[in-house]
Amino acid sequence: MLDDANSEKLLEVNNIEVIYNHVILVLKGVSLSVPKGGITALLGGNGAGKTTTLKAISNLLASERGEVTKGSIIYRGERVAGQNPAALVKRGVIQVMEGRHCFEHLTVEENLLTGAYTRSDGAAAVKRDLEMVYDYFPRLRERRKSQAGYTSGGEQQMVAMGRALMSRPETILLDEPSMGLAPQLVEQIFQIVKAVNEGEGVTFLLAEQNTNVALRYAHYGYILENGRVVMDGPAAQLRENPDVKEFYLGMSDEGRKSFRDVRSYRRRKRWLA
Amino acid sequence: MDQLIYATEVLLNGLMTGVMYALVALGFVLIFKASGVFNYAQGVLALFAALTLVGIQQGQIPFAHMINAMFGTHLETFGWTVPSLVAILLTAMVMVVLAFLIEKLVLQHLVGQEPIILFMATIGLAYFLEGLGDVMWGADIKTLDVGLPQGISETIEGVTADWFGYGFFIDRLDLWATAIAAALVAALVAFAQYTKQGRAMRAVADDHQAALSVGISLRFIWVMVWSIAGFVALVAGIMWGTKSGVQFSLSLIALKALPVLMLGGFTSIPGAIVGGLIIGVGEKLFEFLIGPMIGGATENWFAYVLALIFLVFRPQGLFGERIIERV
Repeated sequence: MLDDANSEKLLEVNNIEVIYNHVILVLKGVSLSVPKGGITALLGGNGAGKTTTLKAISNLLASERGEVTKGSIIYRGERVAGQNPAALVKRGVIQVMEGRHCFEHLTVEENLLTGAYTRSDGAAAVKRDLEMVYDYFPRLRERRKSQAGYTSGGEQQMVAMGRALMSRPETILLDEPSMGLAPQLVEQIFQIVKAVNEGEGVTFLLAEQNTNVALRYAHYGYILENGRVVMDGPAAQLRENPDVKEFYLGMSDEGRKSFRDVRSYRRRKRWLA
Repeated sequence: MDQLIYATEVLLNGLMTGVMYALVALGFVLIFKASGVFNYAQGVLALFAALTLVGIQQGQIPFAHMINAMFGTHLETFGWTVPSLVAILLTAMVMVVLAFLIEKLVLQHLVGQEPIILFMATIGLAYFLEGLGDVMWGADIKTLDVGLPQGISETIEGVTADWFGYGFFIDRLDLWATAIAAALVAALVAFAQYTKQGRAMRAVADDHQAALSVGISLRFIWVMVWSIAGFVALVAGIMWGTKSGVQFSLSLIALKALPVLMLGGFTSIPGAIVGGLIIGVGEKLFEFLIGPMIGGATENWFAYVLALIFLVFRPQGLFGERIIERV
């Protein structure tokens, strides 16, 4: 789907700084750009600022007492920082939150229908898209009448993604889709991401700790540490970078490292700071 | 045999009292479901609605007492009366405006705070509204008459007299209240289950953040829910106000709604109804059957003891949402 030659920049984040509760500085100048029709990955460990970056874009920060204090977020050429989430969903940017966040007491189908909340193109179109979602996630069709709270973790991840698809998005901000899932399911989820990206032309910006899987499916990657972008590049290049290999893929020139050598990481990690 | 017939009459009366309890409990459930706030002000909302209704109906000038005291005037009424139906519609509009103001001035600033803080805010709101009602419409006891039939239903008395040789005493107001409450509940359930906004309301109840993420406006849903709760309070206020006059003690019916909620579950609309009925019937029958043996006046405490027993054995209530826990 991604055409490198004329990849138009859909979303641009310029040097943003995010502060929680007026005191806690989480992002210290993050810049990235997301090309239309691509899968872009945000990588990094716990607390690196991946989720905060996504929430700054979707502006779910506001309800957590966070705010973007510097920099700009530009979507399709317009500044969008500070708009409410509903307005962004209408523009085509929707976030799938970390940890699924299904509506537990609603059925699977009702969950999907809430995704169409901001749409006004009629029941028939919504019905069509419901079928589209069921085609991508056949498992959800079987479970359409069950309460979402009683479905498995993998199914809940599908519900959350299907719900976002129901808003007919242009861009999905996907936060940590692999969290708490078995490796086989992680693979399945990423295959669906790829299928939606290619089939519906949806642009993805995904935050992921599972660097290995993310770099196999993404086109481009950014590595965050301590609220800063420390490295970026096409996924294939990042995969081959010796430092990424060592720190994020657990490999080195001599192959997989023993856990005994972990202590030396601390000292050698200077390259990132 | 006689005992059985009396008991049946008591049971019927209990059912109807229960419906009135349920009406108040319903307002609590709606707000609790949608925002996780236990709205202490629900009873006062009913009082405020009833006061406003009487005021509009009789053409009272709002804040007349205050204006008179400040400027030495002798204002009282506009000199017109408003037909009941129009007055009810106007009051409903006032309740919507009130819901909007509550969201704007109180809730909006407390988004994401602990439930206990929101609860404290509603206590403040309760006292504020009580005072506002007083200042706006005066503190005297008012009678409310919106044209609902009152008095003993002769038809039922006649029919039962023919069947059992003993005429049942049933208040026509209670019959109407039951019918109206049933219709209101059916409408609310249908709204919550089958409409887009109803679904959004339940979504907000489950997960604020996720609701925000799919583009549901929390502010809109909250205004909507508080408006509906205000409308339910209005209906409850009309029923109780017609029955026993509009006065301060009206706000205390909220206390009777508490055991109803514990029984039915804080999150279930049908639970509020069934809980109300059980408490209504239970306390009347208990008073009738056991009361004489232990010196009577059991109606004062029966509901609370029942609620206590429920809290011990089934804390989520009869119909409360089961706490879904994945391990």
